[in-house]
Amino acid sequence: MIRQLFNFKGGIHPPQHKAISTTQPIQPATLARQLVLPLHQHIGESAVPIVEVGDHVLKGQKIARAEGYVSASVHASSSGTVVAIEERPIPHPSGLSAQCIVIDTDGEDQWIEHGPPASNYTEMPASQLRNLIRTSGIVGLGGAGFPSYIKLNPAGSQVDTLILNGVECEPYISCDDMLMRERPEQVIAGAKVMRHALQAKQVVIAIEDNKPEAYAALVEACADEEFEVMQVPTLYPQGSEKQLIKVLTDKEVPSNGLPIQIGIVVHNVGTAAAIHNAIDLGKPLTSRIVTITGDGVAEPCNLEVPFGTPMQHLLDQCGGLRNDVDRIIMGGPMMGFAMHSTAIPVIKTTNCILAATRDNVTPPSDIMPCIRCGACADVCPVELLPQQLQWFARAKEFDRAQEYNLFDCIECGCCSYVCPSNIPLVHFYRYAKTEIWAQEREKEKADQARQRHEFRLSRIEREAAEKAARLAQKKAAVKKTAAGAQDAKQAAIQAAMARAKAKKQAQGNEPKNTDNLTAEQQQQVNKADEMRAKAQQIAESRRAQAQQAMADKQAKDKEEE
Amino acid sequence: MLTAVLALTALAIVFGLLLGFAAVRFKVEGDPLADQIDSILPQTQCGQCSYPGCRPYAEAIANGEAEINRCPPGGETTIIALADLLGREPIPLDEEVGEEKPKTVAIIREDTCIGCTLCIQACPVDAILGAAKQMHTVIEAECTGCELCLEPCPVDCIDMVPVTEDIFHWKWPYPDETIAETKS
Repeated sequence: MIRQLFNFKGGIHPPQHKAISTTQPIQPATLARQLVLPLHQHIGESAVPIVEVGDHVLKGQKIARAEGYVSASVHASSSGTVVAIEERPIPHPSGLSAQCIVIDTDGEDQWIEHGPPASNYTEMPASQLRNLIRTSGIVGLGGAGFPSYIKLNPAGSQVDTLILNGVECEPYISCDDMLMRERPEQVIAGAKVMRHALQAKQVVIAIEDNKPEAYAALVEACADEEFEVMQVPTLYPQGSEKQLIKVLTDKEVPSNGLPIQIGIVVHNVGTAAAIHNAIDLGKPLTSRIVTITGDGVAEPCNLEVPFGTPMQHLLDQCGGLRNDVDRIIMGGPMMGFAMHSTAIPVIKTTNCILAATRDNVTPPSDIMPCIRCGACADVCPVELLPQQLQWFARAKEFDRAQEYNLFDCIECGCCSYVCPSNIPLVHFYRYAKTEIWAQEREKEKADQARQRHEFRLSRIEREAAEKAARLAQKKAAVKKTAAGAQDAKQAAIQAAMARAKAKKQAQGNEPKNTDNLTAEQQQQVNKADEMRAKAQQIAESRRAQAQQAMADKQAKDKEEE
Repeated sequence: MLTAVLALTALAIVFGLLLGFAAVRFKVEGDPLADQIDSILPQTQCGQCSYPGCRPYAEAIANGEAEINRCPPGGETTIIALADLLGREPIPLDEEVGEEKPKTVAIIREDTCIGCTLCIQACPVDAILGAAKQMHTVIEAECTGCELCLEPCPVDCIDMVPVTEDIFHWKWPYPDETIAETKS
């Protein structure tokens, strides 16, 4: 039964330019004197070095281990000595540097001891198989570099279709084409491993109809397999996962979703060959096929390149650069980005090195205002409104851009390609996306800072309250003891007075020897009594005064409190 | 005539009660507008706006006491977000409060630090670690770059260092600028 094909909306037919690099078979790249292996060659966490400067390493030896779930190991791509682990420029649109392991090759290119695993993959538990793929450092070789073992985990879903993507729709690039022409058996063997890992019901290999040789080779190679090899009409960007699924199955991957949600997994044909090498031969990923092409290079061709080889080394092998080269692009003319130097190394996601001449590049002076023709919306394969998105990105209205599904944009470049005003639309989307991510990071940081600031304020408040409470407690304690001492003093005085009174009473108040007094004596007694009464009165008033003063003082203290 | 008056009075009473009940039942705690404004502000707690922290500034904006252009660390992005929220026109940053600078973090020159703890007390987000007569250091991930620790330091051993860009935090530049660059 021949599978019915469907269409996705939009798409373009840019000039192919593929034939210039397919005239010669794949050749091995000559070994560079120094290899620079970035720890970040894939999507996810950077790998962590497990070798030290001065170590001698063999080809295929693991030199950095995967860190975290979304990560991939890095292996030495030739034998030699580790001379540095430091920041070097890596292939990135920013031109920034990142940690790399630098190896001076010894020219021997000596493999580490390796061989097929003890047991056949069909007898291995699924997790062991995936782990083997993970430790072999295999990532998607189509260009994105997502760790492959994750995409080989059905995680409970039923996988209906495994699609091998040999579409390679972007102009100039021919590395997958050459791989399928020359090594179809590797692709088929890898596909079998993938089918087993995913327990997929059917396998479809999709090839654009501009690669008849590759199609023929694959049809021949899988004559005794139940794989479907499909030729699909050439249309850019058909090689994009979601568009290819639409063409082959008429199913749409939901926005923000993954193909596995609709029972489909897509892998690149290059990844399949890499998995075959890892599982059937025990060879980790140390090299890939790279298309060296463009009008700026003398002899375009496809090379099997060990990772870490500087781009200049490869350009030299292809006859060097012409004088009118404007820029070196990694990837194709639609989705690639310019390199800041030719010393930058080839990594796992380098499918093509394109030397563009001045004639190939739109000069910035030709950029004109938008005339609202709507051509961009006609070709958008994701059915977005590129023009609206561009206005929002230009005005930094990122909320609106997100409302218009900016993040569904696959940055295929169709809109920029057809724009009659040469507006760099994709650049605007990339700007908006990274800006939104940065804002999200900043928001997260701000939330953390707010939390810490609020905690600090509440801590200061709590400490002040505790200090005040302690002080009050101390003051109360001091007052209590002071008041206690005063009470004791008063009591002693009272007691003394009571004693005196009692003594007085015991003695009797009546004066003795007062009988038979003479008038003179009587007069003296009277006078003394009078004086005593007077003294008593004075003492009484003084005591009253003292008491009053004390009462006042106490009242005053109380007030102060 | 009387019926109409009575009917209207009755209606007024019913709706009055309804509104009164709603005001009590659906009372909103706190100040939601100030909260929203606070969530937009960058939380550097630097006080450049002349308010002691982001929250007080948010409250001042909510009460109409302050303009929305007094936050230099937030810069243009914050002003646009605030203008959006409050339905106003964006205005340029008030020159009086300073200018938008690239992000920085404080770094203590550890061999100069005398361990006086003054910077620790000044830090609004507790991002400085240390104790009396012990060396201090900044937890870079928590530092908001507010510069409040610079002034109290008696030996001037704190530097504001621009945050280094790496491939994980890099942003594509605004397209027009790149066009201008390639032109020149």
